[in-house]
Amino acid sequence: MQRVASPPDGPIADKKPDEVPGRKPMIVAENVHKWFGGFHVLRGISLTVHLGEVVVIMGPSGSGKSTFIRTVNALEDYHRGRIVVDGIELTHDLKNIEAVRSEVGMVFQQFNLFPHLTALQNVTLAPVWVRRWPRKRAEQVAMELLERVGIPEQAHKYPGQLSGGQQQRVAIARALAMQPKMMLFDEPTSALDPEMIKEVLDVMRNLAASGMTMVVVSHEVGFAREVADRIVLMDSGVLVEEGTPTEFFQNPKEERTRRFLAQIL
Amino acid sequence: MDPQPQAGKASLQRSRALPQPGEGPPPAPRLGAVGWVRQNLFSTWYNGVLTVVCVWLLYAAGTRVLAWVFATAQWTVVRVNLRLFLAGRYPQDQTWRIWAVVLFVAGLGVASWAAWNAARRHPAAAWFRRRLPLAWFLSFPVVVWLVRGGAGLPVVDTSLWSGLLLTLLLAVVGIVGSFPLGILLALGRRSSLPAVRALSILYIETVRGVPLITILFMAQVMFPVFMPEGVRPDRVLRAMAGLVLFTSAYMAENVRGGLQAVPRGQVEAAMALGLKSHLVVLLIVLPQALRAVIPAIVGQFISLFKDTSLVAIVGLSDLTGIARSILAQPQFLGRYAEVYLFVALVYWIFSYSMSLASRRLERQLGVGER
Repeated sequence: MQRVASPPDGPIADKKPDEVPGRKPMIVAENVHKWFGGFHVLRGISLTVHLGEVVVIMGPSGSGKSTFIRTVNALEDYHRGRIVVDGIELTHDLKNIEAVRSEVGMVFQQFNLFPHLTALQNVTLAPVWVRRWPRKRAEQVAMELLERVGIPEQAHKYPGQLSGGQQQRVAIARALAMQPKMMLFDEPTSALDPEMIKEVLDVMRNLAASGMTMVVVSHEVGFAREVADRIVLMDSGVLVEEGTPTEFFQNPKEERTRRFLAQIL
Repeated sequence: MDPQPQAGKASLQRSRALPQPGEGPPPAPRLGAVGWVRQNLFSTWYNGVLTVVCVWLLYAAGTRVLAWVFATAQWTVVRVNLRLFLAGRYPQDQTWRIWAVVLFVAGLGVASWAAWNAARRHPAAAWFRRRLPLAWFLSFPVVVWLVRGGAGLPVVDTSLWSGLLLTLLLAVVGIVGSFPLGILLALGRRSSLPAVRALSILYIETVRGVPLITILFMAQVMFPVFMPEGVRPDRVLRAMAGLVLFTSAYMAENVRGGLQAVPRGQVEAAMALGLKSHLVVLLIVLPQALRAVIPAIVGQFISLFKDTSLVAIVGLSDLTGIARSILAQPQFLGRYAEVYLFVALVYWIFSYSMSLASRRLERQLGVGER
């Protein structure tokens, strides 16, 4: 264990007061390239996400959004360029990768809850096995988190007994249990029935309001408009445009962005 | 052949119109015995003919079998040799040790069952349940000590282990040994290290390509040839090793099937939480993979249990081997039917118990599956 866990004050570690939000870079990607075989998925992505910032990545399917967000915690490797997460450069060094992963929470489109564990066990798994917390404390924190995402009464159910929206909220709680410094969301509402999207977006709104650094791949325009500090449009492995929600939706600079917005709005 | 067509219709209607409060479930159709017989056995003329023919066949065969079992068969051969069947040539004055093993294992089994069911309510039971694997693991040397002796007990040489006792020992060692080995081989076959992968594939495919009996012969006949003069590993031990090595190759393929059934997203989610790769396998992948292949694994165990009878051919006196030596007793010459029927019954009882246990396990672990 290279990392000693400090006792949590609450489910989410509070930001230190002396750090000015929007200053400290949490994710720095420089000219990242990636190929799937002969297919050039990421063609020189450069993006910096600062502490406390919420960045929403939009773009047509196949544009490389998910691939990019997955490179940030090394679920995908990259072939050229550089990614530094909270000062740790992602190399092939497993130590670095594990260190980054335990600081970066990830939420998947398909939830990926562990079906053989209850909701509570899903949430306590990583704190117990990675952070080496005693089970009692892990369960206490997990219950707080399940309360925060609004489903404490489902703690002892298995994922198969929960609705999609509930599963995704457990998945968010599971990621938060590691007290990550930032959260990645890979199309968190795309696999949900319409009436469940709101309950998940509400959780994400609260999370953003608490100051969490977030990178969200999503097509939820309302969420992006309201919560994002910055919106990024990706197409064919390139960052086409980035700007504040007002700039992006009201006054897009690029022709490609205008075409994209015409299709989704 | 829907025995309850009304029920199907009723539930369809119910799903269309939501039930009002107070409205009960649809009434069960009342059929009565005569109605049931008419609907299920004589619904058409050819069903009627089939029913009559089958009943006649069952009657003809059944009466003959019963007549043979209760009148013709001479079960003295089983009654007189019962001890020989079960404990073989194990010394008479040490038989209590086998009873001790049976009691010990049965006690542990009952305790496990109780702890498993009471874990929700009693913290002590939950505590014991978490230590069940350890308890069973530690029970193994105890059983070996009781059967083999040493440390205060007179040693019973393995050449005296025979009958059902030997069959069960071979089966248990085969199961306990081949399970972890099979898992390791399955993981090895999916390893990202080329050498590990190649060796696993080589082993699995080689062993699966030859009959068990050749492996047993090899262990008994060929193996000593390669050993230096005077070193002769125990024959029972060699048979056990042969069974373990053989079964683990099949076990590996079963487990691999389960590993492939675990979605990629499970591994990604676990890695994204920062779990090290051995923990991902241990906590996330294996529990799901093994659960998916319980039926195949238990099938493998049952087939291993019956395959132990092959050791009779290489000269060990398991249940089948003892049966052959009993048939050589002058007063019981030619009592094949009785002896082999009894042996088959014993095999069936154990195989069917395993099958029942596996179904229970599936149901218990199935809670909350997708």
